[in-house]
Amino acid sequence: MIYGAILAGGSGTRMHISSLPKQFLPLDKKPIIIHTLEKMLTCSRFDAIYLGIHPSWMSHMTDLLEKYDLALKRVRLAPGGENRNDTIFNIIDEIAKDYGAIEDDDIIVTHDAVRPFVTLRILEDNINAAIKFGACDTVVPATDTIVKSHDGADISEIPDRKIMYQGQTPQSFNIKLLKELYSKLKPSEKAILTDACKICVMRGTPVKLVDGEISNMKITTVTDYKIAQVLVGGIKESD
Amino acid sequence: MINYIYQLVNPQFISVKYEDADISDNVLVRPRYMSICRADQRYYLGNRDLKTLAQKLPMALIHECCGEVLSDKTGTFKQGERVVLIPNIPGYEREGIYENYQEGSRFLSSGYDGFMSEFVTLPPDRLVSVQGIPYQTATMCEMLSVAVHAVSRLDKAAHKYRDTIGVWGDGSIAFVIACALKVKMPKSRIIVFGKNARKLSRFSFVAETHLTYNIPADLKVDHAFECAGGEGCYDAIHDIIEHIRPQGTVGLLGVSENYVSIDTRQVLEKGLTLIGNSRSGREEFLEAAKMMESQKIRRRLGSIIYEDEPVKSIDDIHRVFATDLNTPFKTVFEWRL
Repeated sequence: MIYGAILAGGSGTRMHISSLPKQFLPLDKKPIIIHTLEKMLTCSRFDAIYLGIHPSWMSHMTDLLEKYDLALKRVRLAPGGENRNDTIFNIIDEIAKDYGAIEDDDIIVTHDAVRPFVTLRILEDNINAAIKFGACDTVVPATDTIVKSHDGADISEIPDRKIMYQGQTPQSFNIKLLKELYSKLKPSEKAILTDACKICVMRGTPVKLVDGEISNMKITTVTDYKIAQVLVGGIKESD
Repeated sequence: MINYIYQLVNPQFISVKYEDADISDNVLVRPRYMSICRADQRYYLGNRDLKTLAQKLPMALIHECCGEVLSDKTGTFKQGERVVLIPNIPGYEREGIYENYQEGSRFLSSGYDGFMSEFVTLPPDRLVSVQGIPYQTATMCEMLSVAVHAVSRLDKAAHKYRDTIGVWGDGSIAFVIACALKVKMPKSRIIVFGKNARKLSRFSFVAETHLTYNIPADLKVDHAFECAGGEGCYDAIHDIIEHIRPQGTVGLLGVSENYVSIDTRQVLEKGLTLIGNSRSGREEFLEAAKMMESQKIRRRLGSIIYEDEPVKSIDDIHRVFATDLNTPFKTVFEWRL
């Protein structure tokens, strides 16, 4: 089985422009998360799509699914966790509850709720790569030079830009592989995880690169939000 | 849901427009294969007058396309069903007027976005099922429907003598006109006239082919189609008028950017009928799709297809248009954007 996982566990503290978490902010006529869910629903290869939602916003999400006629059998809710990986594993637990045991070839395609510009091509490439290689990450070549600084004051290193990429989502995995690798991590290793692919990288398991799109942006800051609004037809006075 | 629409903004310059796709009452289709029409190439290269380009751009190109139904709230199509997309959106209906000539009708890829997009949403009557027909061949359905339209109109208007039908032109339109004639007027002898011997050799299913500089003086046709287009229109129409029998009917299909002078004295003396044809409607799409159920027709159409590598980026769009300049007939490609 192939599962989609939309990660929306956050409660929206970085945007500061609304009490709403950013995934619920409107983009053109719909909330951002609805755009993301609609795009994932177009991919018929997903048997189910789970939304990992912060418990405080669960009822709001349920209302939105009703409002946009998306309360479908393929769409399911799962409680968001403390961090990204907690949300992913909460979703995996829900999958196990809903569908019984996880099978050897089950795949999960995890995606940020705040990346509504994902394309069907990226989703299909992720599914294919996860089936073939076990794990994959969506990336675009870095355009800015990346500068490393250990003390935040002076440059420690400037890596060669040609080998630098910016990570996006989806990140997709064979579920059994991901669970097995995560269970082998020490608590100290788990504490520094900011990214699901790092679970594989820390244990030397290859993660295939999938081409992303510059437009598959993450709407995190007020500037991102304004750019996204302009892309879909401009900022209206009421916004 | 945000749709990616790949618009030609200026000649040879493509940019993405992001648009919330409204799928409420329509069918959601994922384009899978496309083919390039001469009209697309003219826009792409900027070979239209500047006023027309200013009026029509930006817009997404391509009107020859088949795809896969992703969802259909109207219940007309099944998920995954293979369909061809009808680019004509009818205008004000008047009895007896074909939908493609109605006032107020719109054509997707001429002033309105064509099919170069991540998704297309269309009403169910703008889609025709082509389940079982390979994608590559199914992209030819639009072109074949135009041929069906032109042959049907000539059939209705022409006198009863149809022993010999001449087709002037050796390109894709001439090829599909000859295919449609072979099906719709099987008793007629089809003669194709062209300038390129190599291209004429592909018309293996017609009775005769002739190079235009070498047409026997006594050769006569009952009716004719002009499919040369461009600068070739003038010579083709001139030859047709010379070789057509009195009261013949001429179907015009070639597009020219310039005014074409016609020997109207001869048109009047011979009592000829000239019929202009462009585009097609749902009825002709259905007939073309039906024709494609025949393996013989599919193989025939398939013989003029050149399949380029899939399109996975904007750079690939530029590549297929460059390829098309060097292919003698149709350039077809898989759409993976």
